[in-house]
Amino acid sequence: MSAATIVSLPDQSTARIPKMNFLTKENGLLSWLLTGDHKRIATLYLISITFFFFIGGALAGLIRLELLTPQTSLMAADTYNKVFTMHGVIMVFLFLVPSVPATIGNFMIPMMVGAKDLALPKVNLLSWYLYIIAGCMVIYTMAAGGVDTGWTFTTPLSTHYLNTHVISTGLAIFVAGFSSIFTGLNFIVTIHKMRCPGMTWFRLPLFVWANYAASILMVLGTPVLAITLVLVVLERTVHIGVFDPAYGGDPILFQHLFWFYSHPAVYIMILPGMGVISEVVSTFSRKRVFGYTAVAFSSVAIAVFGFFVWAHHMFIMGISNYAALVFSLLTMLVAVPSAIKIFNWAFTLYKGSITFETPMLYAFGFMGLFTIGGMTGVFLGSTGTDIHLTETYFIVAHFHFVMVGGMLMAFLSGIHFWWPKWTGRMYPEKISQFAAVVTFIGFNFTFFPQFILGTLGMPRRYAAYPPEFQALNVFSTAGATILGVGYLLPILYLTWSLKYGEVAGNNPWQATGLEWQTQSPPLTENFPEIPIMDHEAYDYEWLERQQEKEVASVG
Amino acid sequence: MDHISPVLWQFLVKWLTHFALFPPEASKIAPEMDALYFFMALVSLVGLTLVVLLIVSFSILYNKTRHPRAVQIEGSTILEATWTIIPLGLFLIMFVWGALLYFRIYTPPANAMNIYIVGKQWMWKAEHPGGQHEINDLHVPMGRPIQLTLISQDVFHSFSIPAFRVKREAIPGRYTTVWFEATTPGTYHLFCTQYCGTNHSQMIGEVTVMTPDDFKKWLEGSTSGNSLAQDGERLFSSLSCSSCHNTRPDARGPSLANVYGSRLTLSTGETITVDEAFLRQAILNPSQHTTQGYAPIMPTYQGQVSEEGVIALVEYIKNLDSDYRVQQTLNTTDFVPEGQTGKAPTASQKPAAQKEVKP
Repeated sequence: MSAATIVSLPDQSTARIPKMNFLTKENGLLSWLLTGDHKRIATLYLISITFFFFIGGALAGLIRLELLTPQTSLMAADTYNKVFTMHGVIMVFLFLVPSVPATIGNFMIPMMVGAKDLALPKVNLLSWYLYIIAGCMVIYTMAAGGVDTGWTFTTPLSTHYLNTHVISTGLAIFVAGFSSIFTGLNFIVTIHKMRCPGMTWFRLPLFVWANYAASILMVLGTPVLAITLVLVVLERTVHIGVFDPAYGGDPILFQHLFWFYSHPAVYIMILPGMGVISEVVSTFSRKRVFGYTAVAFSSVAIAVFGFFVWAHHMFIMGISNYAALVFSLLTMLVAVPSAIKIFNWAFTLYKGSITFETPMLYAFGFMGLFTIGGMTGVFLGSTGTDIHLTETYFIVAHFHFVMVGGMLMAFLSGIHFWWPKWTGRMYPEKISQFAAVVTFIGFNFTFFPQFILGTLGMPRRYAAYPPEFQALNVFSTAGATILGVGYLLPILYLTWSLKYGEVAGNNPWQATGLEWQTQSPPLTENFPEIPIMDHEAYDYEWLERQQEKEVASVG
Repeated sequence: MDHISPVLWQFLVKWLTHFALFPPEASKIAPEMDALYFFMALVSLVGLTLVVLLIVSFSILYNKTRHPRAVQIEGSTILEATWTIIPLGLFLIMFVWGALLYFRIYTPPANAMNIYIVGKQWMWKAEHPGGQHEINDLHVPMGRPIQLTLISQDVFHSFSIPAFRVKREAIPGRYTTVWFEATTPGTYHLFCTQYCGTNHSQMIGEVTVMTPDDFKKWLEGSTSGNSLAQDGERLFSSLSCSSCHNTRPDARGPSLANVYGSRLTLSTGETITVDEAFLRQAILNPSQHTTQGYAPIMPTYQGQVSEEGVIALVEYIKNLDSDYRVQQTLNTTDFVPEGQTGKAPTASQKPAAQKEVKP
């Protein structure tokens, strides 16, 4: 690894954090709880999703501990079922869906388009409160005894056969859904209406494009989930007979409705992550993203195609063979834009001037792991191999490669990338690079053995398993321990950096986005005056000319 | 071995020498599915190597020390078209190849031997046509296509035999089918792969593949005395089905002889082919499956017959190829003529028995 670095910090002996910024503007708890500032709301979100990430992570730790031995040795089967259900519910609805959009997106999108705030600040605050209400309901569910439906709420198991807290969980997800609808709505309006002068659609950073595509999915997909969950609750309480065959309902209908949201939800989770990768790869190779338009439109293509592939979750569920054929074909088509993105990022490096700061390391990790995650998705999208591999650990490994290897890597990349902007301070570079490498190694140890387990046929959601699967499960659990260290480290050094980190200055990475052309942490109004976008996105030559001009005028 | 922890030692010696890496191939479709699997694995490996190679070589060639100034490049239509079209082509090959396998696995051949599987929390019940019942076990002969007709009595279950590379969801309220032809004698894992509640991970069993001779012996040793169709025949009379479906000129229900597989016009005007699913629906939800020309007077049997019972009835009706046997049933309930009661079962057992035993 080269020692060269792009980081340029102000002289530490004289540098100070700007006295007036969004963090110091007002003080007191109420100034946070009643704020309309997108940056403060993003901070609230960051704290709350980190809290739920560690609850979900602790549950994952329990799952891996239980699977260390073939028997149910740590907890009873019922407890295990509750643990993996809560792990899934928390990670999907309270971490992955809001992770990048509600934190980094909330903070950066208004700044990237050159606006003072999101279009609807109060709705933005409302969406955080809805998230917190949903979070409290989930915590209530856990305290009251949990739920064991699996995060997929399969009927008629969830409507008729279980005696756990299905209703409070369902309503929690219903509420969380409105939180993400409001966030999506806010982004769409802001991106359409609040772009600063000169900010045309094709000058928008690709992060904004990716979040725009994800917002469309949130606004159009989430209501279907809300309807489905209300029907599940009604089915449980007054037996309306929509899903339960005992009352004349159709359980396959539930599968259609649930996956109509939950497949696009996968893209809600991954698209904003892809946006982060575009920003990071461009910044640390000093180059415009290769094929800007292709990357921008591939986000939109993923969002559009993403709505027409839901039944690939149901190939073995007795849908007609011809329906399976159509959905398999569409699934293959949706894989193509992802492949385009991977190659475009790789070629962004070509003839660049590359440095290897922490965000870039996470981005490299993303590209490798997402390639594996995406390719194994094709194994499952092809109807024939899906029969053997679905509902096994193969699918568990696949979506963890996409969601954890992809999305979480992208989230950490983004957090490390924008941390100096957010807090005004740098984190210790060496430790954070080390954490990125540890995460990558731990991740592969944890989830790669699960591909083999799945191919062997080990079913998912098993508290006990045949003894010949143990060795691979031991590998997986050992890897999870390393992975846990990889996730704890950033919490420690990022917290440390809040007080002791070096002062970052406006633009430590020499990045081109508008958010970097103002002080760190930014003013409550983001910019001293409304910026004018007079150059293309990722125009590093413009940035150099700008800096020369500054030196000339100041010097 | 004092300096090594006993747990670690056990792990190294026992587990590392005894763990599986690839499932056995014990059915005709297994090697074919594995061919596609390895093709995909190869494509993935090449793709991943390409991506890693690009990242690593560009990182070396164009790192800041070696290449201090970036050269701005807008993009390249030719390159982008290349990495759109090549992946698309590969994905389409996988799509077609996969679809061919899928259609084979879910389209049972006409000569397959049918075994009914009922899933319930938390066990698998297998019903052989000869009346053999098994729980969490399935015995099948090798070298013969076996069709499984699955249904669940409560929630979704999924019947998975990894060594055969087949899996099918057992759904409450509808039949699903899958087939395989086992090739290697032995015992293999049987899993429920759809999460179904508390003891999901206990809903496992064994599939035993036997040579035709062994299977014949097993069939003989496990018989319950009645074939499935005979069980159905009994139910047919005890539920008084024969009081309407009795082939008399004034009968209130249609004759059921040879109804299976025929084209039937319903009172709604719709024409359907009678299959297992239709028969099941017609028993449990008759008012919506009335044959044209008959009044919708049949009561529902929902809740009165278990899924096993419905299967027995369906199997009976499927094998009903003349009115003679309905008459027989009528006779056994109305009056008992000399010599007839003993003969009826043998008559119906014969065709079934031939089917089972033939390798």
